[in-house]
Amino acid sequence: MTIFEAVHQHAPMLTVLVPMLSAPIIMLFGNRQAAFAIALTASTTSFLLSLQMLLLVAQGGVISYHIGGWAPPLGIEYRIDAANAFVLIIVSSISTVVLPYARRSIADEVAARHHTLFYACYMLCFTGLLGVTATGDAFNVFVFLEISSLSTYVLVALGAKQDRRALSAAYDYLILGTIGATFFVIGLGMLYMATGSLNMVHIAQVLAEGESNRTVRSAFTFIVVGMALKFAMYPLHRWLPGAYTYAPSAVSAFLAATATKVAIYVVLRFIFSVFGIAEEFERNTVQYIMMPLAVVAMFAGSLMATFSLNAKTLLAYSSISQIGYMLLGITLLNSTGLTAGMVHLFNHALTKGALFLAVGAIIYRTGSALVPHMAGLGRQMPWTSASIVIGGLSLIGAPATAGFVSKWVLMQAAFEAGMWPIAVFVVLSSVIAVVYVWRLVEVLYLQPAPEGRSVSEVPMTMLVPIWALALASIWFGIDADFTVQASRTAAEALLAGGFGGEDATIMGTRGRP
Amino acid sequence: MSEWLHPALIYLAGAVVLPLVSHERARAGLLLAVPLLAALPLLLQTYGTYGQFTFLGETLTAFRLDRLSFVFALVFSLAAFLAALYAWHVKDRVQQVATLAYCGSAIGAALAGDLITLFVWWEGTAIASVFLIWARRTEGAYHTGMRYLIIQVGSGVILLAGVAIHYRETGSLAFTAFSLENVGAWLILLSFGIKCAFPLLHNWLQDAYPAATVTGTVVLSAFTTKLAVYALARGFAGTEFLVPIGATMTLFPIFYAVIENDLRRVLTYSLNNQLGFMVVGVGIGTELAINGAAAHAFSHILYKALLFMSVGAVLFRTGTAKGSELGGLYKTMPLTMVFCVIGAASISAFPLFSGFISKSMILSAVAKDGYLITWLILLFASAGVFHHSGIKIPYFAFFAHDSGKRPAEAPWNMLLAMGITAFLCIAIGVYPQALYSILPYDVTYEPYTTTHVITQFQLLWFSALAFGTLMLTGIYPPELRSKNLDTDWTYRRLAPAIVGFSIRFITTVWDELVRGTMIALKAAIAGLFALFGPGGSVSKPFPTGMMVLWMAIILGAVMALNLLDFG
Repeated sequence: MTIFEAVHQHAPMLTVLVPMLSAPIIMLFGNRQAAFAIALTASTTSFLLSLQMLLLVAQGGVISYHIGGWAPPLGIEYRIDAANAFVLIIVSSISTVVLPYARRSIADEVAARHHTLFYACYMLCFTGLLGVTATGDAFNVFVFLEISSLSTYVLVALGAKQDRRALSAAYDYLILGTIGATFFVIGLGMLYMATGSLNMVHIAQVLAEGESNRTVRSAFTFIVVGMALKFAMYPLHRWLPGAYTYAPSAVSAFLAATATKVAIYVVLRFIFSVFGIAEEFERNTVQYIMMPLAVVAMFAGSLMATFSLNAKTLLAYSSISQIGYMLLGITLLNSTGLTAGMVHLFNHALTKGALFLAVGAIIYRTGSALVPHMAGLGRQMPWTSASIVIGGLSLIGAPATAGFVSKWVLMQAAFEAGMWPIAVFVVLSSVIAVVYVWRLVEVLYLQPAPEGRSVSEVPMTMLVPIWALALASIWFGIDADFTVQASRTAAEALLAGGFGGEDATIMGTRGRP
Repeated sequence: MSEWLHPALIYLAGAVVLPLVSHERARAGLLLAVPLLAALPLLLQTYGTYGQFTFLGETLTAFRLDRLSFVFALVFSLAAFLAALYAWHVKDRVQQVATLAYCGSAIGAALAGDLITLFVWWEGTAIASVFLIWARRTEGAYHTGMRYLIIQVGSGVILLAGVAIHYRETGSLAFTAFSLENVGAWLILLSFGIKCAFPLLHNWLQDAYPAATVTGTVVLSAFTTKLAVYALARGFAGTEFLVPIGATMTLFPIFYAVIENDLRRVLTYSLNNQLGFMVVGVGIGTELAINGAAAHAFSHILYKALLFMSVGAVLFRTGTAKGSELGGLYKTMPLTMVFCVIGAASISAFPLFSGFISKSMILSAVAKDGYLITWLILLFASAGVFHHSGIKIPYFAFFAHDSGKRPAEAPWNMLLAMGITAFLCIAIGVYPQALYSILPYDVTYEPYTTTHVITQFQLLWFSALAFGTLMLTGIYPPELRSKNLDTDWTYRRLAPAIVGFSIRFITTVWDELVRGTMIALKAAIAGLFALFGPGGSVSKPFPTGMMVLWMAIILGAVMALNLLDFG
């Protein structure tokens, strides 16, 4: 067996394992140049492997990888279908784009003695997010979730060099995140009690055969509410603005583009694949609790963004409203709605990633994230400012940006479900987005720069990642076929129930004696 | 020829390249060359659909050339060229880029074969054009531009909402005739109506156009509203209630125009009034009427541009366009005066001028379908047009009492642009067959019948007589320095008391409404700020325990819903 075949065979595991091992290696080297090189290599490797897997399952197949050759349900299984391959791509591509940017930005925003620690924690967080997405084992989800969460707390706290409030934000996040994770693990315990299994496919089979009982229903409740905190469903969003505002800019960009997306994916996976959406009680929860909260989030998030003084807080609140759109698509419970949710997962990752990076670039030059301090930067930092305009247009949902595609599909889903008021809400909340984006544009372009401040554009290593994401949000707004098609495949895989069907391509056993 | 050689894309390419050119003359030359270049695909391409592409599984058509879109795209190109010539002396890159982007968007919208493409260009015209207002760089222009932008973008948002619903109901994104059966088509009509300045949706027009730069107003006057007329003709031809709407549009701006002092604002009111004729034509929807609307749009763009150009030249030389501060300029600006009079004769539909041969088509169509009242209203409106645009504009600017101003004649580029436009106005009037041959339908129409000419002359001479009498007896409202409504005693003597009263009443109610809305809006924003602003009750950093409480509440709610088996 050649090395290529071996890599191909073990791709699902290697995607997670490579960044995981890179973290201790970084600490062993203890040198920040080496740390950056190792992190970038590991992240790129994961991205390439995810891309290969997405190509394998894009047409609707499913990969089942047996860790150590132990067959599920006893062995731990990694299971990749279109839905999570898509999320893996989001996480690994964003990480690979953010890392080159992080190098300079971190040098500025994090104390020098913490740099290797930063890269190690970043890779652990990355590992956790990938692991949560790739695994087909329910308890594994919890383990990886904790890996990513614990490292996230550290990453947020590293912002303390810039602003001491990073510490209390990290602490807040720690308390709340732990409660969310505890809820989740309580739910898993109940599931285990009811089904005797931790393998998602197996749990789904057992649940489908048996009657639903109160243990199962309680398990569902705990899992959904626990994860709702992780993806910042309004009003469980309180940890998010603080964490995103005070974390180092590269961390904010990475987390905003990936962490909440992965949590949404977990909820999707549990609602559709593990529990199967056939049950009445699940539909009730989704339609009577999650949908109204999604609509409230769209408005409340946008309004809070409108009045935010700090640009990073503004973007964080805007994330809360954008999460509302994703959740809304999902709660419509039809194929188009789920497609809208998935496609917005991707498009918002690009857009918000670009915006946080751009604001980070402004902090890099001016040292301030306050909106009034950005006056006149349109002339002094033209490229960074232009990328904020592009990102802003995409947040609003202007045509020829990725955000338009998301909202268009979402509106179609609302009409398909016969809920036209939902479409009206989408349009109205977009109008509020116009207001907060305009605030940025006005300050950047229409207000004169204060006397005596002369700043120049950020270096190329920062500009290129920003523009890669900004151009991607235009590209996927014009050529939407790829994203919409991939999302539709993912949505249909989810709606079909189970976890990607019966006949999986089994990997990972070959090559064993 | 490549099917992607799209006129609008040529404009956009020009708009991208232009700011990079540092040489001033080269920039002005580019501005002039782009409309010529972009006219080529228009003239060389045969009728058909080009530039098709798929988006989200739907086939969209970027370039649909048929007889209706050709007339409008052609006159837009012509207007873009003339405006560029008129603006030869302008060095401001913002205005130059905005002009190209704006003209390109309007042409792109006229050539759009589907609603998504239409929407993109529709918003393009809104965003590009506002910079022509902002280019004045005054505080007032900024706020005016903002109001204008909100309304224009709002029209686009309504259009998009309508398109989404229409698509949902009919499964079609094609931009063809709509039937007003679903909410979607109504919303689309509303968005067209906003851009077309329907009564009560018209305020942005008089607000924004006179606020733009000298050259900006010339550009603005040509595109947005005529694009809306095109869109109406394409989508809602023969929608009967457009006839009374159009008739109202011809009527009410007259009264405002008579008492208005700012000559550019007078022209804007008369623009609104001319749009009414076209909307009536669209509403009747017969082949003759649609031809009339298209022909009137064509000649209207030219003579309205000519009038704005001549008043603009006066503003450029004297720094004011207020009737009360002008007068006697014919002594030093004779050529501008001649061009202005030609424009005035055209808008007043003097025989042998362009307005006559197009407006009489609409009037014939109205008469043919037996809309007696509409016909009378249009006749009255025609007299009114002659009154406020045909006589008032040239009279107060160039004759009247001598203001003592002795400005130099307009620059050569302005004179050349006005000269070409004036020539076209007369050429169309003398030889209408050239225009008739490119109209959407093949209709033989003879404007110069004895009845038409005599009716028109009667109308014109009596109107002139009225003006003359009023001037000689001193009853005509003098051009006052401001549009202060406290001086209502003057026009009360002129108009029946009721007109003055209703204007004052409507204005007062309107002002109060605006004031009330502003107060309510401020209160609402303050309320929202109290809730959502930093430290507001929703967004203030409440303690972690509070969040845990929320977790418990949500958990409890979900649990209750799941375990208690509702429904």
